[in-house]
Amino acid sequence: MDLGYLKLIGAGLAIGLGAIGPGIGIGLVVMGAVQAMGRNPEAAGEIRTNMIVGIAFAEAVSIYALVVALLLLFVF
Amino acid sequence: MGNKKKVMFVSVVILILMLLSALIIKVPLPEITMIPEVVFKVGGLPITNSFIAVLIGDIFIFLLVWLGTKKMELVPRGAQNFVEMIVAGAYDFAEDVAGKENARKYFPLVMSIFLFVLVSNWIELLPGVDTIGVIRKISEGHGYAVSSFLGLQNLVAASGHYQLAAFARTPSTDLNLTVGLALISVIYTQVAGIQTMGIGYFKRFIDLSSPLNFFVGLLEIVSETAKIISFSFRLFGNLFAGTVLLFVMTFLVPLFLVLPFYGLEVFVGFIQAFVFAILTLIFLVLAVSHHGDESGESNESVPGELANS
Repeated sequence: MDLGYLKLIGAGLAIGLGAIGPGIGIGLVVMGAVQAMGRNPEAAGEIRTNMIVGIAFAEAVSIYALVVALLLLFVF
Repeated sequence: MGNKKKVMFVSVVILILMLLSALIIKVPLPEITMIPEVVFKVGGLPITNSFIAVLIGDIFIFLLVWLGTKKMELVPRGAQNFVEMIVAGAYDFAEDVAGKENARKYFPLVMSIFLFVLVSNWIELLPGVDTIGVIRKISEGHGYAVSSFLGLQNLVAASGHYQLAAFARTPSTDLNLTVGLALISVIYTQVAGIQTMGIGYFKRFIDLSSPLNFFVGLLEIVSETAKIISFSFRLFGNLFAGTVLLFVMTFLVPLFLVLPFYGLEVFVGFIQAFVFAILTLIFLVLAVSHHGDESGESNESVPGELANS
């Protein structure tokens, strides 16, 4: 098979598989945050901030996958 | 009942228009590249289209703040009211997150980052960005044919040798800008840590007290470096994906389908600016208070007491 097509497959797999974990992680973060907001609506603002920060950290993992995919597509 | 029928009628008309437009109007897909185009050169310095967009955003922020602070009144009105609302709201929020003293110290940097990133994200939504430019002949790659309408050239969706080099590109989809912002954020975090803790700040990274602490220090070094990557690629990835999404949706169905995605992009642009700013603030607070809890009575307690009195 042509190397160019293999690169495309590799890039697709890199971001596709790399997005599974952060997807589950972000889901768990938001689940916990929403449950906490439901139990304690007064603390909703603080919980929301921490939730967004937590999402950003979970998302960082998929960003490394994105970096790998972009490297495969444009650099190698 | 009549109202309901009206809504039904309008949605059916919109659906038919969408289908017809997808069948009849063929839109060329803009070239998707990571590299911004050089529009012109000033004495050897290449001026890229993302740089032009950054200048537009800067002028917008400058005008807004200039209008807001031109005639300061005790009871704010108009533009001053708006600017004060934004800054005061953000300041209260920063105090909640970082505490009074840290918020006062680091708020200017964090707010500047927030406003700059927000404006450069929302430039994506302006009409004309990525679509108005000069048409160039390309030697390789996929191109389109050119036609003329009212004296202006435009690309048509047929195979050819021409591509569009836009005058303005969303600044956040240029990796140079996001890496620059990430470097500012991470390097200033180190500077703030050294300013507060002196040479003791480096104990985070090189700790010879025990083998375990030594490896924790190594991990700290890795995580500081990874912060640059995750900061820059988070912003870049989200906005780049957003622009490609808008391109492809307009390419598939020229009318109406892209509208909800514009709404999504407003939200994404705000969230990414917020995340960039709030993470900078949190990392700053962590850097200035990391070892303060264990050995903080040497030089750190003095400014703290001064601020409290």
